[in-house]
Amino acid sequence: MQPSPRWLLALPLLLAFTLTGCADDSGSGGGVQSMKLSAIRGRDKLVCGVDGKLPGFSFLGPDGTYSGLDADTCRAVAAAVLGDPAKVEYRDLNSSERFAALASGEVDMLARNTTMTLSRDSAGGNGISFGPTTFFDGQGLMAPVASGIRTLKDLAGKPICVESGTTTELNLADRMREQGIAYTPLKFQTGDQTYAAYLGGRCVAVTSDRSQLAAKRSSFPKPDEHILLPEVMSKEPLTPASVNGDPAWADAMRWTVFALFQAEELGITKANVAAKVAEAKANKNLADLRRFLGVEGDFGKQLGLPADFVPKTIAAVGNYGEIFERNVGSGSPLKLERSENRLWSKGGLIYSPPFR
Amino acid sequence: MSATLKRIPWWRDRRVVPWIVQAAVGLVLLLVITLLVGNLVRNLTAAGMLLSWRWLGQPASFDVAESLIPFDASMPYWRALLVGLVNSLRVILVGLVGATLLGTAMGMASFSGNGLLRRLARVYVEVIRNIPLLLQLLFWYFVVFLALPNGTAAFQLPGIVLSKSGLYLAWFAQGFSWQGPELVNGVWQAPLRLSVEFTALLTGLITYTGAFVAEVVRGGIASVSKGQWEAATSLGLHWSASMRSVVLPQALRVIVPGLNSQYISLAKNSSLAVAVGYVDLYSVSETTLNQTGRALEVFLLLLGSYLIIDLLISAVMNGVNQLVQIRER
Repeated sequence: MQPSPRWLLALPLLLAFTLTGCADDSGSGGGVQSMKLSAIRGRDKLVCGVDGKLPGFSFLGPDGTYSGLDADTCRAVAAAVLGDPAKVEYRDLNSSERFAALASGEVDMLARNTTMTLSRDSAGGNGISFGPTTFFDGQGLMAPVASGIRTLKDLAGKPICVESGTTTELNLADRMREQGIAYTPLKFQTGDQTYAAYLGGRCVAVTSDRSQLAAKRSSFPKPDEHILLPEVMSKEPLTPASVNGDPAWADAMRWTVFALFQAEELGITKANVAAKVAEAKANKNLADLRRFLGVEGDFGKQLGLPADFVPKTIAAVGNYGEIFERNVGSGSPLKLERSENRLWSKGGLIYSPPFR
Repeated sequence: MSATLKRIPWWRDRRVVPWIVQAAVGLVLLLVITLLVGNLVRNLTAAGMLLSWRWLGQPASFDVAESLIPFDASMPYWRALLVGLVNSLRVILVGLVGATLLGTAMGMASFSGNGLLRRLARVYVEVIRNIPLLLQLLFWYFVVFLALPNGTAAFQLPGIVLSKSGLYLAWFAQGFSWQGPELVNGVWQAPLRLSVEFTALLTGLITYTGAFVAEVVRGGIASVSKGQWEAATSLGLHWSASMRSVVLPQALRVIVPGLNSQYISLAKNSSLAVAVGYVDLYSVSETTLNQTGRALEVFLLLLGSYLIIDLLISAVMNGVNQLVQIRER
């Protein structure tokens, strides 16, 4: 019996670095050079690293398709680059595999509820390149209603379940140290084991991102018996990421996501995008809309993408608001509030820089 | 014969040609290695992942559930890794002793005159060794131990209490007074407390490795010729006495080398601890990897640690093997 399949992780990484030379690949046309973009076009498929087990974000359904906010981010990028949202190969990654998979080129991008942090972004740390944040989250705690636990102080001396391979351990340790509360962290490798131990009564509370807690709670036998504590222990901006060292590819991904935000702001939806394009084509005075939808100008070319990448993307997955409501909001079992994830114009943090 | 025929040209000289071939192969090998290492360094540098060990001195900033040496979140990463290593060694050492005792008993039982005992030993071996260890660990932890009650309903024997929060044992308290577990405010207290994670992992490792050890012991005993049994019996020795003083010492010569690889497996398998929430070396390394992003360094440390642990076990077992060999006089 192998000690753990995760051991093998170091091997391909080493091999990849040992065997690959430094190829100087000139990218596709349009003056934009990107190894990743030409590699994705070459295989006609976007390889996207996701969680795969998190309802609302990326979840493999019984019909064999992935659904969720992260999965839709992958689809949006595939639609922008390849013109087809179905040309995505999903790769389930656990939280300790994800950065190595990205660095070794096993996946083109991550849309795996990954928190953007300094050490992950910096060249001296994980050295990955983050796009725009697609979900503003925070770490929280869930406890059984019957336990009477309502604040951090109630957890003194008690065991708390934590999933490994995230910043949650660090945040929990920081908060508890600040308040001088002693506790026992019980760390498990996968979410399934973590929540099984919590439901088995081994720990009195479980900590994770609040969206994840809500998502997992929705799959519990009795969701009503568990509450999310009001305490928010950290900022968790969940952000898609690409590998460092390919700025053209990072830009293409970044502006595809911004296009989702911008489309919501302009009121362009999956349903009306074709009409909007027709309207823009007919009316020369709608310069902003014409540029955004690629009717005039060369934004697509500047990014190394097709001219009509925005309408293709919106037609495939809808705008950000639609993606949110469908996967985690009112149209989903999670029923999360938009709160911080509203558009900036409605008091939230979702903001796209201008398309000009 | 003229003198010129005696001189063999160097390209056909048996004393020269092998050296040239060896040198050529050696040169090619060296070139390939240089190319590979050069690529590795260049690509690692490009990815900003060139080996660095400075992070070992930075504060770990995470807590661990149990530790034999003092530890808190403000201590550096190397200390956290040490905590993991000590925890790993603890479960490995106790596991080795337990698996040996259980395995030897089961191996000997398969030669017992008592049919029930014999069949029980066979069933144990066949069931346990044919189910993956990870499944067994998850079974012990989630199905058996987490189903235990807490508080007054806990499973109690004199000096032993088994509950969902752990295994509580009687031990010497202050002043060498023997003290058993007691219930204080609904929470069990005892001089010796083993966490339920440790207990589950240990149970899983001992029962799993015990089945393999039982087979090794059975093979060893079977290798002792029937004449030895008969000779012992004709001297009037009872079954257990002939096993203890005649058969087992001879069987050890066959058993010890086989035990070596079982012990090594146990040490490696202990890294499955993370599945049941026990803080071993692998578990700590995983957190460290995630917080520092130093994947190669952490994996090198892990690989090195398990290699050294296993080589040490091998060295000790080779020493034991020398002791049990027949000494020619």
